[in-house]
Amino acid sequence: MKLTYTASQQAFRKEVRSWLARHVPKQPLKSFDTAEGFAEHRAWEAKLHSGRWSAVTWPESVGGRGCDLIEWLIFEEEYWRAGAPLRVNQNGVFLLAPTLMEFGTEAQKQHFLPRMASGEHIWAQGWSEPGAGSDMAAIRCAAERVDAPSGSYYLINGQKTWSTRAVWADWCFGLFRTEAGSTRHHGLSFVLVPLTLPGITIRPIRQLNGLTGFAEIFFDDVKVPAEHLLGEEGSGWNVAMATAGFERGLMLRSPARFQATAKALVELYRSRRASADRDPSIRDAVVSSWMQAEAYTLSTYNTASRLVQGGSIGPEASTNKIFWSELDLLMHETAMRILGQDGELMDEPPAAGEHGWLDGFLFAQAGPIYAGSNEIQRNIIAERMLGLPRA
Amino acid sequence: MDFDFSADAIALRDSIHRFLMVEAAPEMLREIWETASGRSAALRAKLADQGLTALSVPESHGGMGLGDLEWVLVQYELGYYAIPDSLSDTAYLAAHLLQHLPNGAAAKQDWLPRIASGQVRVAVGHPVNRLVADAELADLLLLWHADEIHALRRDQVQLAARTSIDASRRLFEVRWTASDATRICSAQAGAALWQAVHDRATVALAAQLLGLAQRMLDLGIDYAAQRKQFGKPIGSFQAVKHQLADVAVKIEFARPVLHRAAYALAEQQPLASIHASQAKLACGEAALLAARKSLQVHGAMGYTWEADLQMFMKRAWALDASWGDRSFHKARLAEHVLADGVRLGPGETFAIPEPAARATRAVRSATA
Ligand SMILES: Cc1cc2nc3c(=O)[nH]c(=O)nc-3n(C[C@H](O)[C@H](O)[C@H](O)COP(=O)(O)OP(=O)(O)OC[C@H]3O[C@@H](n4cnc5c(N)ncnc54)[C@H](O)[C@@H]3O)c2cc1C
Repeated sequence: MKLTYTASQQAFRKEVRSWLARHVPKQPLKSFDTAEGFAEHRAWEAKLHSGRWSAVTWPESVGGRGCDLIEWLIFEEEYWRAGAPLRVNQNGVFLLAPTLMEFGTEAQKQHFLPRMASGEHIWAQGWSEPGAGSDMAAIRCAAERVDAPSGSYYLINGQKTWSTRAVWADWCFGLFRTEAGSTRHHGLSFVLVPLTLPGITIRPIRQLNGLTGFAEIFFDDVKVPAEHLLGEEGSGWNVAMATAGFERGLMLRSPARFQATAKALVELYRSRRASADRDPSIRDAVVSSWMQAEAYTLSTYNTASRLVQGGSIGPEASTNKIFWSELDLLMHETAMRILGQDGELMDEPPAAGEHGWLDGFLFAQAGPIYAGSNEIQRNIIAERMLGLPRA
Repeated sequence: MDFDFSADAIALRDSIHRFLMVEAAPEMLREIWETASGRSAALRAKLADQGLTALSVPESHGGMGLGDLEWVLVQYELGYYAIPDSLSDTAYLAAHLLQHLPNGAAAKQDWLPRIASGQVRVAVGHPVNRLVADAELADLLLLWHADEIHALRRDQVQLAARTSIDASRRLFEVRWTASDATRICSAQAGAALWQAVHDRATVALAAQLLGLAQRMLDLGIDYAAQRKQFGKPIGSFQAVKHQLADVAVKIEFARPVLHRAAYALAEQQPLASIHASQAKLACGEAALLAARKSLQVHGAMGYTWEADLQMFMKRAWALDASWGDRSFHKARLAEHVLADGVRLGPGETFAIPEPAARATRAVRSATA
């Protein structure tokens, strides 16, 4: 056991820190769930890319730095420490890219990865449908292969929903039913869809904060060139669930994010201690928050160091999602208790470097739902990790 | 960054695990519970045969010279099997105190070789605990007095037994008189040594609590797979599954905290006490949740003397409050986290602050 950084990791941290110090916008950007904010965040992705910081874990040949997971954690720590903007292209860079690297053709990689890294393509995800939420294998949205003389394409008809960033995104990836009459996880394919194609209608959905953070996508005879199939036709379920899935789970929420919130919570408590201490359980919740953020960090470093040494993650990865989403709720609920009657006020947006507690509180409500609800995660833990019998 | 234990430490852990699986079946624990002393000379001899009493005694005194990282793995096993013995107090805590006594102390030479060979039991009395565990069978008692360390033989103290809900704990009020003759270490050197022992006891109990948590989870899983109601194993019901899954989450996120605490001890890091407290709280929480959920999954059977679960639950409840209860460790963490100028947040998890604390310097010089 050796819980120290190497000299090169320390040098890497310095390099990240100094670049961010020079480039992170002094004023917070507008929410990327507004048209203007989306454009600002896209520009920030391009800025990151100009320093080769937008996708540090990717190979150098496609615009990354070939960082391992420990360096990625260091990058994230510096990123959150610097209060840099949220990543509008998270879906692409962290979720799609690993799958693309594993299953994509050379041509697909060469086409999509650089455009993803530069922010030219911002990606949305299309898994959920009105009838397929937790039960993702109930997907119905159809993509029928048509081999025409002018070139093969998939004819897509149906609907996706809850698609984050889809209001302004350029592309969407997801699962579609390519085999008519197939059921459950058979006959599905992983397809990449340009959201500009004729026949696509995007209907924004307002979230709790009033902004249109996700959208419904309607497909009406949409023709997607067959070359946008990722992996083999009919094997979409496996592509989506591939081993990289666990790693992606790790990258969805880096510990630094929660450490930054925990630190802000400690500061909030200290600044309002006189009133907060009237309820002694608040202090306890603040300390617990810090402890849990540390535990999540240690656990992630533990997993990352094992992966870096060639190990693997199993179903215990499902514990992650539950842990961070409940921690995020705890921290924001505690902050709201400290803020008392100031908590509800929306008209004083946080200043630069300040945590947006109300916004964070609202978003924390979604954590136990998206990316596989916490109930689904508990099912997975019970059945695959603990070996309890299926229902 | 490397969270892995050495191959030797893992091999040691595995062999202890296999050994205890055979030697420390629940039926045997029950037998030992029923004895007057609550201790088994035969079990202690077997533990010594496995080398456990020699683990952290220096090689110069007939031991193996291993340290906190090996111990944390062994302690987990002692917890998993709820071993009723004073092994940890003798071979970890007392061995630590004795070997770090300022040079020349005769007590080192007198006792360390005998600890290593498994001949003696040593009890440790620290002010954070009102009672002293295992005082009755102790050949030697190492007792705190205003930060000094005093060494007394069993016949120099008076004992009054107290009864714990955990029958594998044997607790005593100890009456004794401090004198120049019993003092083996001054308060000046003693303060840091007592601190170091307290930190080790904290991590040792944290590890035992995590082992207990895993054992209670395993018992719950086994029971849920066997017990049928409504024509199905109860473990197929989601309400049952989710209770056990919650325990698994707690265990999963306590383990790295525990291992980091042991590492901080081994490296004599300035925040070792903070990390130890954090580990005890996290592991204690996992153990208490495991007790509650496993009992619930067992139904009425969980409320009986007959089901094995009780032995592990009672131990968890008792150990959670030993060597500093929840409020003690929480207060210590609060003081650290809420202090002025403390470095928190992204990138600070492995940072080592300047060792400004006097206690740390004292440990260094006492162990030099
Ligand atoms: C902020 C946000 C962003 C999102 N972004 C995207 C996106 O970009 N792309 C996308 O495709 N989707 C996205 N989603 C949708 C998300 O994936 C789904 O909400 C999620 O899969 C749950 O599906 P559902 O909402 O239909 O809930 P349901 O599946 O109807 O579940 C409702 C409740 O029932 C519980 N439940 C359901 N089945 C079980 C079961 N078997 N056992 C126990 N409990 C069960 C659930 O846990 C939940 O509590 C997003 C959701 C949110 C909130």
